Order: sequence, then structure tokens, then C-alpha cells
Amino acid sequence: MVAAVRDTVDRVRSIDVDQYRYGFETLIESEKAPKGLSDETVRFISAKKNEPAWMLEWRLEAYRRWLTMTEPTWARVNYPKIDYQDIHYYAAPKPKKTLSSIDEIDPEILKTYEKLGIPLREVAILEGVEPPPEGESANRKIAVDAVFDSVSVATTFKEELKKAGVIFMPISEAIREHPELVKQYLGSVVPTSDNFFATLNSAVFSDGSFVYVPPGVRCPMELSTYFRINERNTGQFERTLIIADKGSYVSYLEGCTAPQRDENQLHAAVVELVALDDAEIKYSTVQNWYPGNAEGVGGIYNFVTKRGDCRGNHSKISWTQVETGSAITWKYPSCILRGDNSRGEFYSIAISNGHQQVDSGTKMLHLGKNTSSRIISKGIAAGKSQNTYRGLVTAHRKATGARNYTACDSLLIGDKCGAHTVPYVEAKNSSATFEHEATTSKISEDVLFYCTQRGLSQEEAVGLVVNGFVKDVLQQLPMEFAVEAQKLISISLEGSVG
Amino acid sequence: MTALLEMKDLKVRVEDNEILHGLTLTVNPGEVHAIMGPNGSGKSTLSHVIAGKPGYEVTDGQILFRGEDLLEMEPDERAAKGLFLAFQYPVEIPGVTTWNFLHTALNAQRKARGESQLSSPEFLKKVREVAKSLNIPQDMLKRGVNVGFSGGEKKRNEILQMALFEPAVCILDEMDSGLDIDALRIAADGVNALRSPDRAMVVITHYQRLLNYIIPDFVHVMSKGRVVKSGGKDLALELEASGYTQFEDAA
Repeated sequence: MVAAVRDTVDRVRSIDVDQYRYGFETLIESEKAPKGLSDETVRFISAKKNEPAWMLEWRLEAYRRWLTMTEPTWARVNYPKIDYQDIHYYAAPKPKKTLSSIDEIDPEILKTYEKLGIPLREVAILEGVEPPPEGESANRKIAVDAVFDSVSVATTFKEELKKAGVIFMPISEAIREHPELVKQYLGSVVPTSDNFFATLNSAVFSDGSFVYVPPGVRCPMELSTYFRINERNTGQFERTLIIADKGSYVSYLEGCTAPQRDENQLHAAVVELVALDDAEIKYSTVQNWYPGNAEGVGGIYNFVTKRGDCRGNHSKISWTQVETGSAITWKYPSCILRGDNSRGEFYSIAISNGHQQVDSGTKMLHLGKNTSSRIISKGIAAGKSQNTYRGLVTAHRKATGARNYTACDSLLIGDKCGAHTVPYVEAKNSSATFEHEATTSKISEDVLFYCTQRGLSQEEAVGLVVNGFVKDVLQQLPMEFAVEAQKLISISLEGSVG
Repeated sequence: MTALLEMKDLKVRVEDNEILHGLTLTVNPGEVHAIMGPNGSGKSTLSHVIAGKPGYEVTDGQILFRGEDLLEMEPDERAAKGLFLAFQYPVEIPGVTTWNFLHTALNAQRKARGESQLSSPEFLKKVREVAKSLNIPQDMLKRGVNVGFSGGEKKRNEILQMALFEPAVCILDEMDSGLDIDALRIAADGVNALRSPDRAMVVITHYQRLLNYIIPDFVHVMSKGRVVKSGGKDLALELEASGYTQFEDAA
């Protein structure tokens, strides 16, 4: 822990802190769909992906449904009206051809991922040509699927995963190669009619990751997807589907970045998780989309639907998220606790600074018997930001013995920000036990003075206090991500004091 | 000999109220100064201004640390120079273990002084030695900084830090507050163990009883923002007998 904190502080020092670190743009040619959304746009995307007819039908049905829906307004976020006809719904790096190895990827894109510190060149590392990145032990591997604008550009360690029977590939490939699995599970957790943004995603999603872990298999490595929006005026609509078959286990990590832009960019993803009997899925996110500048200009609108279905008995789904970016975050990773004795967990760190608006939380829907859930939410508001936790815990009338524990802690830095907690609790079964605890605190002058008197600078002091505040959640992250997350937390809070 | 700490005609205000009206005091290496006075005499203000707590405006006068202008430095720079303030009410920092906090702070100070960073094993060895010498249980290092500590434990944690950072000047602000007699004795033993010819201490206290355990070389009586009387250790006993009232009028 100590080394990690030192590392965090040193790294923060070594970069230009006023700059969003990932705000560079990659100059590559790309192929885009014309602006706007129509029947033709949906057909265009489906054709680009060489999709079978059933997939196109599925998309068109979603599109027609979307036309009848209205954008939700209940979240505590304010933004100018989005013109859905002024967005490109598809952008792919050119030239578009089938890639047989990483070497065929546009070097500019590879450079982008290098700048992001994402290890696509696992082959070289394995061969011993390149040393593993610092802090990453050689025997600890992470398979990566990299999505650039709308298209998956590389998936690593495919062969090794195949040996274990694990399918990890871009969803566009899975639609072609494993249609039976996709047909069975796509939209089974987040139906096409679910909500405005999810329905939009169903119509126009272009890529994302697909994971299937066969019965009894413990996935031999962490799976990871990095999403990057590059093109101007482009929406990113990725779709992720993860299925853990009976008795299997998988840990999946997701990271996100985007260039700095004056205009806002739309990101509306859907993630569906299915855990069958005795299976476990651990899903971690470090979200660092561009948050906009100090005046609140630009930044990503992040409207994401993430839901896990504990479909089998004794199954478990655990969400861990570190949310530091985006101008607007609208996101509620949820668990449907359908199987008896299933368990859902939600661990969240949501940081807002500048003019960011976060409305995030979770839903735990207890349907099966003896289901349990745990929610640990840490909201940190600084600058002029607004940070809302919104959560729903329900017990169905058949959910005998349902248990939930919720702890929502908010930390305020400065006096121009706001933290809000909006918990909804509903039990239709009298045997349910739901506990809710909430605290709000401030980093006081006294704490800062105490730390600086011991030799820490103001910013080191804030970093230390915040890292202490979020410790329970950081511990849930895989090691590499925890270090990355700590770093991000400090960067996100630069300029929040003094 | 250069004085370690010198306050010259120091005038300090908080918002519109002047709290210190021209305070002068010189502290040399090896000396232990006690500053006594009634509530509201400006004792705690003095300790805060020396350490650089925000919210105080120095309108006139100087504070020199080994001849350098202390008022030009940020609190963390003062700490790195060797100034330590033991707090009357140490704060709690949940989720940050004591040993993590100490390691981070010590390395920050060392970095500011251009010294090498201590690795975790090096630090652990050092902090264990220091804790042992002060009879502080290892267990305390693993707990969150001051979280759930008793009054006595909090003060011992301050003394542990003092021993670890090896400052040139230690200011102890009302160290006796909230301590029973046994805890006070233990804390005082810790302080006494740190007395050395190179180090100076400024002990701020309302009551004489602390000075039974930490015997000062000089005693200063503060009233209404000034030092109104200075003397040897006997002055404390004199005060205990006659109280502060005589000085209230003198000020």
C-alpha cells in the first residue's frame, strides 16, 4: 500500500496535471456512417459487420421501438438536448480488412494504445523480446480486447484462452462464429425495450466484447477491454456479453478513455452478464472518459446500462467501478438475484470534480430464496460538481430470507460541490433484512493541516485522505487496476484544494 | 550560537481580532521552554502560527528558524526543516494505516531535504525500533491513524512521530489535556527520552502538573497575547500557588 501511494504521488507529480492525460487524438483515416439515425444507418452498420439476417432484424426492431421512446429525465443531471441526428453512429479505422495478426493493425492505433499503456503486444512479451511493464509480474497475464471508436482492433491471448475453452472475441465475430450462444443470451438480461439508451444501443451497437466460459472452467487470466473514442462527433455504442456457464469463474476488466474535445460525445453502452449455477463473474471498470475542461466545456455523456443476471443457484456477480471521468455519468450496474442463494455485490468509487455530474448507483433485485447483496458506495465530490448515489433494493414476495447491506459514504472537498444519496428500498417479503447506512463528511482544514505539518504537501494530503476513504473498494480491484485507479483518483482531484 | 527559534515582536490577528500583540521569545538548542497562561492568552495561536496553520495573519514581527524566515515557508516545508508540532487534538484519518501515514510523511520530508527514500522494509525496521524504544505496541501501527485511539494512545502516537522524524524543534500543545495521571507519565517519559543537546522543546500548558514530569529550563507566562513574565522552573510552582490573576491586570 505504501509503495502504491508513493508511486501514485510521484507519477502525478511527473505529469502535467492540468492536462487530461489521455486527451490526445490519433490521426488516422476512418470510415464513417453518414450523420444521423435511420433505418438505413442500422442497415449500414449491420452490413459493415457482415451480420446474418436475424441480427439485422433484431436491430431494426430495437430501432423501431426506440422511435417510440423518450429520453429519461429523472436523474439529477443537466445537459443541453442531444441532437440524435447530428451524430455519426459508426466509425471504423481504415483500411478495413481482415487482420490476421497484430502487425497488420495501423501503427498509429498501436501507438495510441501504447500511449495509454495498454499491452497489446503480448506476443513480444511472451517471447521475451520486450520486458513486461513495470509492476506487472511476468507470470500474470491479461488478455485484452481493444475497441477503437466502433471497431475491435485486437484481441490478445486468443489461442491460450481457446485451449481452456474460453471464448473471448469481439461481439461482431461472435455473432458470426457463435450465433447459437449470442441468440440465446443477447438481450436476455437487458431487453431491447429496456430503456431509451439501451434500446438505442441495441439498434446501433457496433462492437464490444463477447465472453463465454464453459462449465467448470476457471478462466486462466484476467480478461480486459479497453474502449477508446477517437473520432469527432462520433457516438460509441459498445455491447458486451459475458456468460459464465455452470461452476465457472471469470474476472473481467474494462477501461475507457477519449481525446479532449470541445463538443460533447455520446457513449451509450450495454453490458449483460449471465451467471449460471455456481458460477461467478467479477466485473471491474475504471472509467476515465474525458470529463470536459475547467469551464465545463466538452466531455463525454456516459449513459450506460449494465446488468447482471444471477440466473443459476449459488451464482455470484460482483461489480466494482471506479468512475473518474465523463461530463455526465448515468450508470447503475445492477444484479438480478434470480437463482436461490445467489449473491450480488456492488463496489463503487465515483469521483466528480470541475463541472462533472454523476448520477450512479445500483439495483439489487432479490427474486430467489436466501439471496444476498452488498453495496459499498464511495462518492467524492470536489470543485463545482454534483455527485448522486441512486440505489434500489427490492425483495420479491418469493424472496424469502433476502438480505442486503448498503453503505453509502460521501466525501466533500470544498464548498461548491454537492453530494446526494437517493436510496429506494422495497420489500414484499416480510423475512427480508435490508440495512442501509449513509455518511457524509468533508476533508477538514484540520486534517489537511495535520498532514502538512507532518511534511505532506496539500495535494499529497488530499490524495492520502481520499485513498483511505476509498480503501474498502480499491481492495476489490485486481492489483494492476488498483494501482491505476489510485493514480487516477489523485489526478482527478488535482486542483481541488487551495 | 544561532538560536533555533526566534520570535521577534510577533503580531498576529484572526479576522479582525489581534491575538498576539508583540511577542518575543528566543529558543536555543538543548533548551526546554514552558509557556503557561490562562485560556485565551494566545498559547495555541502561537503554536499554530509557528507551524503555519492557515487562517492566521501575521501583521508584524518575525519568526526565524535557524535564522531563516519561517513565515515564508509552507507548513510542509517547515516540517522538513525540522519543526514538529504535537497536536492538542490529533485528527483521525480513516482507512490510512498509521505506518503508511508515517512512511509517506517521513519520505516526503526526506525528499524535501534531498535525502534518499526509505523502502518499506527499511522504514519498517526503523519504525519498529522507535516504537519499541517508546514501549508503543506494534499493533498501533496497523490501525487507521488515530481511529478509535484513546486519548493516551493519540498522544503516544504524536510522540512516536516526534521520535521518528527527529525534529530540531518540538512544540507540544497542551499535551496533558485529556490524559489521566498514568497516561501523562507515559507521555512525559517519551518526551524526556527525546531531550537532547541539539533539540529544543516548547511545552505549552495550562497546568503546572505536566512540568512535574517534563522539567523546563525556562518558564514564560503569557497573558493577553504577550509574554508577561519569564523565569526558571520555579516560576511554574509560583503560578500554581498564586494563579494567573495577578498577570491578567499586568498585561
